[in-house]
Amino acid sequence: MTRLKFPLVLVLVAFGLILAGGLMQTGPASAAGAAKEVVIGFTASQTGKLNVEATRQINGLNLWMEQVNAAGGVKLPDGTAVKFNAKYYDDESKKERVQELYTKLINADKADFLISPYSSGLADAAAVIAQQYNKIMITAGAASDSTYKKGYTLIYQTYTPASRYLTGAIDLLAKLDTAAKKIAIVNEKDKFSTDVVNALKAYAESKGYQVVLFEGYEPGTTDFAPFINKIPAGVDAIMGGGHYLDTSTFAKQLFEKGIKAKMVALLVAPPEPKFAELGEAALGVVGPSQWEPLAISYNPETAKKLGIDWFGTTVQDFVKTYKAKYKEDPSYHSAGGYVAGLILQEAIKKAGSIDTAKVKGALDGMDILTFYGRIKFDTAKAHGLQIGHDMIYTQWQKNPQGKLINQLVWPEAFKTAPANLYRTK
Amino acid sequence: MLAQLLSSLSDGLLLGFVYGLAAMGLSLIWGVMTVINLAHGPVIALGMFGTYLLFSHLGTNPYLALFVVAFLGLLFGFLMYGVAVHRVIDAPHLSSLLATFAVNMILIGVGTALFTTSPHNIDYPLGSLQIGSMITIPGTRLIAALGAVAFTAGLYLFLYFSRPGKAIRAVANNRVAAELMGIPSALILALSFGIGTLLAAVAGGLIATFFPFTILSGGPYELKSFVICVLGGLGNPLGALLGGLILGGLEGLIPTFMPVSWVPVVEFGLFVLVLLIRPSGLLGAK
Repeated sequence: MTRLKFPLVLVLVAFGLILAGGLMQTGPASAAGAAKEVVIGFTASQTGKLNVEATRQINGLNLWMEQVNAAGGVKLPDGTAVKFNAKYYDDESKKERVQELYTKLINADKADFLISPYSSGLADAAAVIAQQYNKIMITAGAASDSTYKKGYTLIYQTYTPASRYLTGAIDLLAKLDTAAKKIAIVNEKDKFSTDVVNALKAYAESKGYQVVLFEGYEPGTTDFAPFINKIPAGVDAIMGGGHYLDTSTFAKQLFEKGIKAKMVALLVAPPEPKFAELGEAALGVVGPSQWEPLAISYNPETAKKLGIDWFGTTVQDFVKTYKAKYKEDPSYHSAGGYVAGLILQEAIKKAGSIDTAKVKGALDGMDILTFYGRIKFDTAKAHGLQIGHDMIYTQWQKNPQGKLINQLVWPEAFKTAPANLYRTK
Repeated sequence: MLAQLLSSLSDGLLLGFVYGLAAMGLSLIWGVMTVINLAHGPVIALGMFGTYLLFSHLGTNPYLALFVVAFLGLLFGFLMYGVAVHRVIDAPHLSSLLATFAVNMILIGVGTALFTTSPHNIDYPLGSLQIGSMITIPGTRLIAALGAVAFTAGLYLFLYFSRPGKAIRAVANNRVAAELMGIPSALILALSFGIGTLLAAVAGGLIATFFPFTILSGGPYELKSFVICVLGGLGNPLGALLGGLILGGLEGLIPTFMPVSWVPVVEFGLFVLVLLIRPSGLLGAK
């Protein structure tokens, strides 16, 4: 019996020693030297309906963190090098989980700064917690305007707000066909899409367009035939959509039902590389994008022309390093995740401190051009609202080999190809 | 207005055939062994993924892939019956309910791990069929409806004109008597369960040809299947088809008159109404 127990004791002692050794190694290393580790807390929708977009956003953020840490972190005036460490949980794409987890991130994990989860609904839920605990949160993947009209002072937006999401499509339509008059709007009834289409409708009507159909569908809808059947004949443009799954389904069914229109402009899904899986149904579909690899005119020269500072990586470098790491093309969600980190980095650098009040001051005064576009925040009525950044519009077209490619068609100044009509015959 | 009504009705009815097929699987299992199969939804989703994988990785025509999916669905049903259902078949209903629910959770968990919850799509357009100037029917939906009818007919012929089919009906009618006549009831129960999952998997495969889907997409169809079974009469395959058509038709028509949020209200209102007035369903046994 004792002969059997003896080796067991030995093994246990050995384990104990290894554990203690490990603790001793990690213990002094983080305390020694002039390095300071800043914890960035966030939740990621690793499961649930927002999984595709959220994963890309987190990939972008992680890439930024890896690069800034590899470059030695952010140097403060007192010689401290600030390095970043991510702390995150899966929020299952659920609001209830978000509030629970952000409280945990702040209290248990001692997060210094926060990045929002993907989507307006979840970011709005997280914003309450961030403000309550006096933490700065950069929202990524959240375009809704309303979060910034609640009197928060520590929430900063990277995306162009929802109210300006599809208005450019109206300008593009005006350029494509001056005779176009009738617009049908079909959208998901979630916070983000509703904000977008309300602003779109107001803008369209102010430009003299007639909104002939204005209907929302429940999140999770799979059959769009009832809505498509409601679209009156002779409609010029169909706009709306919501998130990836429903919008791609809608585009597919529009094609299968043989709908004719000069323009189909839908939210979120069309800029995704995966949208090409729809084949012919993707052809001609226009989508607003926060960012595309095609937007190479975001560069230091343009910054000079605009008279503002350039900060961070270039579009080409971002695309190259992202592709190398994740083996896929970055989408605007990826860029949004990366730039959220970049904004924080620039603010800490400018503030020369990681103190919340000082970093807030730097964010309030920020006006820079990055690979993602211009970044400037509203500091008046809607504090934190993004006012520097503009949407770009892409369209799926066929290249001479007959392969589907996404082209940048609007704004005129950045376009890589002229826009085509959707399908008129 | 007329054009809108006609096209909404035709879209809804075509979808209804596929709903009916999905519900038939649930109905058959209930009819033969009074087990409510809560893993019905994930099996539908597995049917979607089976078709998708065959199509995207092996380049199989999605409609031919259905036959492979059907066969795999049958085998999966045998497995599920043997592992989770057989031992609790004579236990109170709650046991089999919990057993199939456990399978449901396992399938969703494994499916999420393998495929994540990101959407997939089968890009196999068939164009559309123009009838008059008013109705445009997407080809994929039409073929799916025809496929559903073909599988229903196949099931009907099998149940009424083949020996194993007759044995299934005998066991459904009175298991003890069937056993006394020399019918191996355990085998027949496994076969019925297999056919039930086969139908679910095929319905999933058909749905995958016209809607993008995730591993969680089976859920709504499972819920619809319950309504359909109650409408048409539990245990009656033809009733399930009729129920599917009614549900599909309603889903097509209701949104033309009122906001689409009312669809579940009407559907489940009908569900309660049928339970109150005709608990055995429209075509159910008296």
